[in-house]
Amino acid sequence: MAYALQQLINGLTLGAMYGLIAIGYTMVYGIIGMINFAHGDIFMVSAFIAITAFTLLAAADVTSIPLALTFVLVVAIFFTSAYGWAVERTAYRPLRGSTRLAPLISAIGMSIFLQNAVQLTQGARVKPIPPVLEGGVVLWDAPGFAVQIGWSQLLIIVTTVVLMIAFTWMITQTPFGRQQRACEQDRTMAGLLGVNVDRTISLTFMLGAALAAVAGVMVTVYYGVVDFFIGFLAGIKAFTAAVLGGIGSLPGAMLGGLLIGLIEAFWAAYLWAEYKDVATFSILCLVLMLRPSGLLGRPEVEKV
Amino acid sequence: MKKTLLATACFALGSLSTAVLADLTVAIAGPMTGQYASAGDQIRKGAEMAIADINARGGVLGEKLKLEVGDDACDPKQAVSVANTMVNRKIVFMHGHWCSSSTIPASEVYNEADILMATVSTNPQVTERGLDNIFRIMGRDDQQGMVAGSYIAEAFAGKKVAVVDDKSAYGKGLADEIAKAMEAKGMKPTLREAITAGERDYSGLVTRLKQAGVEVMAYGGYHTEVALILRQAQQAGLQLTVMGGDTMTNSELVTAAGPAADNVMFTFSPDPRKNPDAAPVVEKFRAAKVEPEGYVLYAYAAMQLFEQAATAAGSVDYAALEKAMRGGSFDTVIGNLAFDAKGDQQAPGFVVYRWQGGQYDYAQ
Repeated sequence: MAYALQQLINGLTLGAMYGLIAIGYTMVYGIIGMINFAHGDIFMVSAFIAITAFTLLAAADVTSIPLALTFVLVVAIFFTSAYGWAVERTAYRPLRGSTRLAPLISAIGMSIFLQNAVQLTQGARVKPIPPVLEGGVVLWDAPGFAVQIGWSQLLIIVTTVVLMIAFTWMITQTPFGRQQRACEQDRTMAGLLGVNVDRTISLTFMLGAALAAVAGVMVTVYYGVVDFFIGFLAGIKAFTAAVLGGIGSLPGAMLGGLLIGLIEAFWAAYLWAEYKDVATFSILCLVLMLRPSGLLGRPEVEKV
Repeated sequence: MKKTLLATACFALGSLSTAVLADLTVAIAGPMTGQYASAGDQIRKGAEMAIADINARGGVLGEKLKLEVGDDACDPKQAVSVANTMVNRKIVFMHGHWCSSSTIPASEVYNEADILMATVSTNPQVTERGLDNIFRIMGRDDQQGMVAGSYIAEAFAGKKVAVVDDKSAYGKGLADEIAKAMEAKGMKPTLREAITAGERDYSGLVTRLKQAGVEVMAYGGYHTEVALILRQAQQAGLQLTVMGGDTMTNSELVTAAGPAADNVMFTFSPDPRKNPDAAPVVEKFRAAKVEPEGYVLYAYAAMQLFEQAATAAGSVDYAALEKAMRGGSFDTVIGNLAFDAKGDQQAPGFVVYRWQGGQYDYAQ
């Protein structure tokens, strides 16, 4: 029981991170109908920005952890959003209105470009930072097994919940959220009714990148090592989460992320830890075969 | 930045001038990029210094040495293509590769092309395949596993020990040998697990270890994963002592694992830095701001080995060189080297070390 609870905590932590990245995939798909394969690499870039910011702080002798984390989060969100905007502006907007395949290929190109750019500028080796948040709190001291949640795990889960509440409020209650949903339903009509479509799409990319930046900072704090290749696997898993939840659906992406995290944790707990990726990707295949619209997705209606 | 620019410029100039004179090309190969790049960096620094020293002494058989660097990123496929490139560049000697899983396939290519190699790869298979061109200047995993396994059985008697590997040729080989040695001493591993190298999340493994009440983890694999496991164990409130192999010499482990690195023990050949004969070379490295840790002195020794064997043979012809290598005894910075019929070092010896405050030293 205690063992399962511990794995549940592990799974939730992992799932929260996948969920944050998955939202970026799903929002972009919702609004322009493409899979932004460079999104995983945006996440990777944000982790590098976080590492740089942490190093700067260490050089400036900042010892207050809350202050450091806030600073790193703000810096990472700012620069990563700028990356998100720049990627959309240079790689996708010029291709808007061409075939569906064109932006997809452009996205793969962008992903390769970002990976190589980081490899060349930051070096290919793993970049470690010393532990930022150490230790944790014992939740339940069961006989023979103390269930413990690390401070950084707690930080990840709490941050994700707060962000999700803020994000849902923004999409459902604010003028920007209304414009965003309008563009999602019918871009041409929204444009005719005075919504600035280009601006909305840009903001959507920036928002997705900002959430990925939060995930990037969390990963840096939690695992403490970053390399230029982390975006690939994280991106593919988050994409799986988005598909599982129903691509285009925001709550679906979060739910999918959590499910993938939990499946990985419990697979590693009770079956073979070395085959947990097999489990994740088998789910991608199964969902695509059996329920292509995902758990919370709407079946796509072809407009005639 | 200025310094690196200057260094690059010097290096470019240096390689330019040697390129004009060079007649003998020797090579190193290993992970110059990728997650084990710091080991490749150590090899490169050691080899560059050795070649500069040898050339300052007048080269080998009156000819200057030139260094080629191959990057296999510890990927077996890339290792084979590096080997083919090196064959085309007409190298006469190879120090490499580093990962056993790269050395094994690449050595077949060198064998066909009649190129001698000296490696630090520790998997027994490296010298067990009857290839006559391969010499190992480090011990073997079965010896290493024997030392580690016996140490665990004695020092941690009565504690629960898990044996974990990363499924690589090196990692699994070492972990199997450790488990075998433990069982020979009457200690049964509580858990036998495997992980996938290159992942970030090992919380599943950590929770399993915690559930089983494991206090000591014998690990076959590389330092990056150990750092992640230790960090996550710390998060989960698990006090874990790790016993690893020669790859744990890497100081990146300390940066990434933080204070938890003090719980890492490992087996490695007796520290060549403590060898009094090596003192002048060690001083030279330190003066050049390179700490001669890990594989630095091994790369230096490999180049000395080639210098002495070629001098003894009086040529760099494969047959003569191979004969000189097998029959000879060589004085290098890592001590005296002599090889048995398989190409294994005759007196390898492993010692148990422990990290302590960012330095490693013999375990008490």
